[in-house]
Amino acid sequence: MSRQMTGAEMVVQALRDQGVDTIFGYPGGAVLPIYDAIFQQNDIRHILVRHEQAAVHMAEGYARSTGKPGCVLVTSGPGATNAVTGLTDALLDSIPLVVFSGQVPTFMIGTDGFQEADTVGITRPCTKHNWLVKDTDKLAEVIHQGFHVATSGRPGPVLIDIPKDVQFATGTYTGPKTARVDHYQPKLKGDIDAITKLVELMETAERPVFYTGGGVINSGPAACQLMCEMIDATGFPVTSTLMGLGAYPASGKNWLGMLGMHGLYEANLAMHGCDLMINLGARFDDRITGRVADFSPNSTKVHVDIDASSINKVVTVNLPIIGDIGHVLEDALRIWKSRGRKVNKAGLAKWWAQIQEWQAVNCLAYTNSDTVIKPQYALQRLQALTEGRDRYITTEVGQHQMWAAQFLGFEAPNRWMTSGGLGTMGYGFPASIGVQVAHPDALVINVAGEASWLMNMQEMGTATQFRTPVKQFILNNERLGMVRQWQQLLHGERYSHSWSESLPDFVKLAESFGWKGIRCSDPAELDAKIIEMLEYDGPVLFDCLVEKHENCFPMIPSGKPHNEMLLAADAEAFASGATLV
Amino acid sequence: MAALNIKKGSTSHSAYDLRDFHSDVESSHTLAVLVDNEAGVLARVIGLFSGRGYNIDSLTVAEVDHKGHRSRITIVTRGTMAVIDQIKAQLGRIVPVHEVHDLTLEGQSVERELALFKVAAIGEKRVESLRLADIFRANVVDSTLESFVFEITGTPEKIDAFAELMRPLGLIDVARTGVAALSRGV
Ligand SMILES: Cc1ncc(C[n+]2csc(CCOP(=O)(O)OP(=O)(O)O)c2C)c(N)n1
Ligand SMILES: [Mg+2]
Repeated sequence: MSRQMTGAEMVVQALRDQGVDTIFGYPGGAVLPIYDAIFQQNDIRHILVRHEQAAVHMAEGYARSTGKPGCVLVTSGPGATNAVTGLTDALLDSIPLVVFSGQVPTFMIGTDGFQEADTVGITRPCTKHNWLVKDTDKLAEVIHQGFHVATSGRPGPVLIDIPKDVQFATGTYTGPKTARVDHYQPKLKGDIDAITKLVELMETAERPVFYTGGGVINSGPAACQLMCEMIDATGFPVTSTLMGLGAYPASGKNWLGMLGMHGLYEANLAMHGCDLMINLGARFDDRITGRVADFSPNSTKVHVDIDASSINKVVTVNLPIIGDIGHVLEDALRIWKSRGRKVNKAGLAKWWAQIQEWQAVNCLAYTNSDTVIKPQYALQRLQALTEGRDRYITTEVGQHQMWAAQFLGFEAPNRWMTSGGLGTMGYGFPASIGVQVAHPDALVINVAGEASWLMNMQEMGTATQFRTPVKQFILNNERLGMVRQWQQLLHGERYSHSWSESLPDFVKLAESFGWKGIRCSDPAELDAKIIEMLEYDGPVLFDCLVEKHENCFPMIPSGKPHNEMLLAADAEAFASGATLV
Repeated sequence: MAALNIKKGSTSHSAYDLRDFHSDVESSHTLAVLVDNEAGVLARVIGLFSGRGYNIDSLTVAEVDHKGHRSRITIVTRGTMAVIDQIKAQLGRIVPVHEVHDLTLEGQSVERELALFKVAAIGEKRVESLRLADIFRANVVDSTLESFVFEITGTPEKIDAFAELMRPLGLIDVARTGVAALSRGV
């Protein structure tokens, strides 16, 4: 099917043909023709943001909560440069996005024209791929290729830069089926000999552990289900990275909790002491491994990943399997079952006994208070009061993010959206709007720190305008808490610029945008106020005033091995004696 | 495929490949990268090397299939085996990259470089430079009364050797293309 239309109309038509229902964006001179085309149709909803960075985070929230690519439209120059943080965030967390930017007309490129920036040059290292389209006849095909690249293999953001004259000109539109995508076809099936070897290792392992990551969630709900089946059938313990939470339910009997720098004691010690590590779609990030030389010294390591460059990048593994998690697990399960569903029962029983000893340490224990709200307590109450509801959680970056990962339980994939790889303060609020746009009737809560939240607070207007009843649950410690914690533990308690001065009155701020504002500082009132937030039909800014000096434990100081984790009780001793490099 | 033989508890061997990944011996590898000749493709490849801190000793690029718009990039790089494997995997995931070949590992290959040398000399040195050029099979492609431009092709080592000998005779300028390489046989 080919038709004549303008480049601007092609953008809208291609979005339609790709099944897109929503685009997040902000207009400007170089995208006016596309905005004109958007004005003249009703299939694609445009969400007008207040800053382009937020548009990209919204699209990320949309993508992560639906499994579909998120779409963004920004103007040239400052519109495009504002999108860079979001693109980098999506690249590091492997989130599929298709971002359209306007560009000065082709004849002006290179002249430092008004609002000209070398957008493909700037975004080359922060996209999976990008294109500058100079010919209207090629535009449709590039857009369809863009969707293909963003969503196949290891997903990621792509950017399509469209000069204004290309938007105005008329050309031939071609549909998705005719787009050439043949050469970019990442391999999905894993090597069957290697998968058989994995099964053999599983049959004999005495101390196995599944170490799962965001790749499982990206592989899709079916892959998550296969993984749960495998874990439950083998009885192996499972831990996950920050990115992978929800793929295996937190209420599942083999769940050890999150691992890593602020992961659970039992999860990290299981990683350290295992004899078989099965990495599914995780990437041995430094927040996970600690000191690489001491990382899980006695294990045989298996790594399943769709991206060959993740294999042996940080940790050398014994058995790499390149392929899609879902496909590989399907084969592995079939082979394991056909060989008689064997596991090393005696070994496993001993291993679980050991793990239970670690669990008994109760590493998340904290001293509660009846005068001041402890952040952990606030999250425990939030968890208790939302239990059983299909709830979507986003976070900002800092202590509150780690506490949320520790204290909230995720029962299904695509319910947990946090900036993992880039650690972008300001991610959570716009992401929560993106999630709410995709799931208008769902409960969407952003667990925030006051400092992060301020970084994209302008999006309050967006939430009001588009009637997204997002709940902003701010654990307000009046500190850049995570920075303060490191300064306390690692920089001699010199608190250089780590407190939040001149904070707004969050309740008044909420009201000024037509939101509901709630403030709570008394633990006794917390439940009633959380319920008030949950029951309110509209956006809520919840200013939860918490203990200002609480630290997040367990903690593996960077550069330390897993078995040198700090628990709350050790922290004092550590602060007074240890030195770090 | 050969039987996979993993020693329990060992961490130093890959099941697939028994090369020693932990070795920190660096070696030089010649990579041939076949890419779509589209705008920005070279920037992607170079950006990968600079962004991730890899070395480039030499780089050549030209379209080799005008109809299919394919270019061949030949990169000479250095690193431990682990780094070289990373470089190849990272190159392989650039979208317009079709093939990555490690000519150093994939059997025998031939490598050639072309260089132009300007030698300013008169008298005995001028005669000597011509004699040496003859030995190295370099051609004179420009001549004035006080200078020659020689053209030489060969391995980078041969060109280095020629440069060493020409330097005392009045070598004043060198232009080198970088390495082009192909595997031997079919
Ligand atoms: C854009 C950005 N700038 C700086 C940082 C470094 N950083 C990490 S956590 C943090 C403090 C966050 O404070 P807040 O949002 O109040 O969360 P808390 O740790 O207090 O829970 C900072 C500054 C970052 N992650 N992102
Ligand atoms: Mg704070």
